[in-house]
Amino acid sequence: MAQAISPPEVIDGDPSGRRGGYSSDAAGLGRLRAGAFVAPALLLIAAFLVFPALWVLYLGLTNYRLTGAAAAEPQFVGLDNFLDAVANPTFWNSTWLTVQFVLGSAVIGQVVLGFTIAWALRDRRGPLKRLVEGLVILAWILPSAVVSFLWVALLDRDGGTLNALLGIPGFAWLLDHPMLSIIIFNTWRGTAFSMMLYGAALGNVPPSHLESARLAGASGWQQLRDVVFPHIRGHILTNLLLISLWTFNDFSPFLLTAGGPDGRSEVLAVHVYKVALQSGELGYGAAVSTIILLINLVVAVFYLRLLRSKK
Amino acid sequence: MTPRFVLGRIGFYTLIAVLLAFFTIPLLWLVTAPFTSDPTYEVRMPDFTWENFRAVLEHPYALPSLWNSLVLSVGTALLVVLMAALAAYALSRVRLPGRDALLYALLLLSSIITGTAAMVPLFQLAVELNLIDSQLGLILILTGGLLPAAIFMLKDFMDSTPKSYEESARVFGASPLQIVRHVVVPLVRPGLATIAVWSIANVWGNFLMPYLLLSDVEKQPAAVITYTLYTEGGQANLRMLSTFGLLYSVPVVLMYLFVSKKYGFRFHGGIKR
Repeated sequence: MAQAISPPEVIDGDPSGRRGGYSSDAAGLGRLRAGAFVAPALLLIAAFLVFPALWVLYLGLTNYRLTGAAAAEPQFVGLDNFLDAVANPTFWNSTWLTVQFVLGSAVIGQVVLGFTIAWALRDRRGPLKRLVEGLVILAWILPSAVVSFLWVALLDRDGGTLNALLGIPGFAWLLDHPMLSIIIFNTWRGTAFSMMLYGAALGNVPPSHLESARLAGASGWQQLRDVVFPHIRGHILTNLLLISLWTFNDFSPFLLTAGGPDGRSEVLAVHVYKVALQSGELGYGAAVSTIILLINLVVAVFYLRLLRSKK
Repeated sequence: MTPRFVLGRIGFYTLIAVLLAFFTIPLLWLVTAPFTSDPTYEVRMPDFTWENFRAVLEHPYALPSLWNSLVLSVGTALLVVLMAALAAYALSRVRLPGRDALLYALLLLSSIITGTAAMVPLFQLAVELNLIDSQLGLILILTGGLLPAAIFMLKDFMDSTPKSYEESARVFGASPLQIVRHVVVPLVRPGLATIAVWSIANVWGNFLMPYLLLSDVEKQPAAVITYTLYTEGGQANLRMLSTFGLLYSVPVVLMYLFVSKKYGFRFHGGIKR
């Protein structure tokens, strides 16, 4: 880069530098140089993040396909794809399954389990706490391609360990209860984040408030309801928004059930993959992606507003 | 000891036992099957054979795919750290017009344009730009996706470092890039390390993007190979799958242990996926 070899700048103007222009910038980065520092990052972000987002909006309005005539020359078809989606029972099935997935594994599973663990271990130090937390985090950091297969083995109808342990041989988790399976799987895999967040949040609840509630004879539940929850309400909301967003976009159900059997676990993320990249209906897939993008936008704006109001 | 106290203890340890079981049982297969001569889905006491590891060594795509995972994740991490550091530094030190709006937009973008929302246009873009089956192309695409959050986290870091060192370096005639290299980088090293580890972990576990964009089996990373081993011909090769899965998992576990020992494991906000 040219900046590297340019001669050292004479300190321009007033060294205290509070008055004129940008001479107060540390290290003498002028606007131009700063721009050059930011440019490579912005270029990649523009190419592979901003452009795809705009491109998906356009593609959704065409009849683009992977094969056939529409592969060479896609036609502009207006809102046809969106009307198709709205009229398509598979789309509504996927939407409903996604709602179950998000509510079940994120809103109920991860929040309840994450808070329970954080609450149970709140005053503890030492090996027991480290063991439990370590295992929960392990489930979170292991590659999804590996852990999804572990669950396929665990949940297998005939040889699976879970049926052996629970004494229910022949219970077909993945075939008869695919949604239940991926909800439990995603709860297992994603709880670490909520656990860590609530662990930090509970550390900020003043012990004296809890103590006085206890002295006043409040039961455990009353302490939670009247002291703890009001105190960590912001954290709960942050947590809900973030993990809902992640779960909504999670592709790992594909690794566990491939959307099957008969589309009974085909959440929207898997639906897009199937229609667009397996069946080649890129235009229709882009329309569904656009819907996903808009839902993401709404959740993310709520989240950022929350962050800003806290600052 | 009141009855309530005793009940509380019993409740606590029951809860811990259930939690330990829930989080341990799925992992048991991963640590036993690789050492068992003829593993099934059932978790059994292994007979401690090393045969399965030999099978992985001899598999034509197993070890190369781990190498591919390394290339993709380290390549992406290097680019992310380099570009995010320069951008975050400039954004932290210079009042560019519209800076706050830009940062806000970046954060928004990175959280809404996920693999799911972007898989169709990214696939199409890769086809048009001839980036299908290009590891470099995939690295660039992954870097673009990780950069906004990385810039955001690093800027926070840079904001909290003092500017006085940079000012004195500047008085001695150091160029901006020299200042970044010799003054800023040492100061924010923990932040850079966090971003690097975060990028590596992200790419190491990523399945969707390499699955979409790399069809050449010699270029595919371990995530895709794991999935192929599992769907191959309808009959999963359990010896390969378990052993390979273990080898693929160990690096992230080691990295986690290293990070949590060195920095304490405090990843928050928008970190995963």
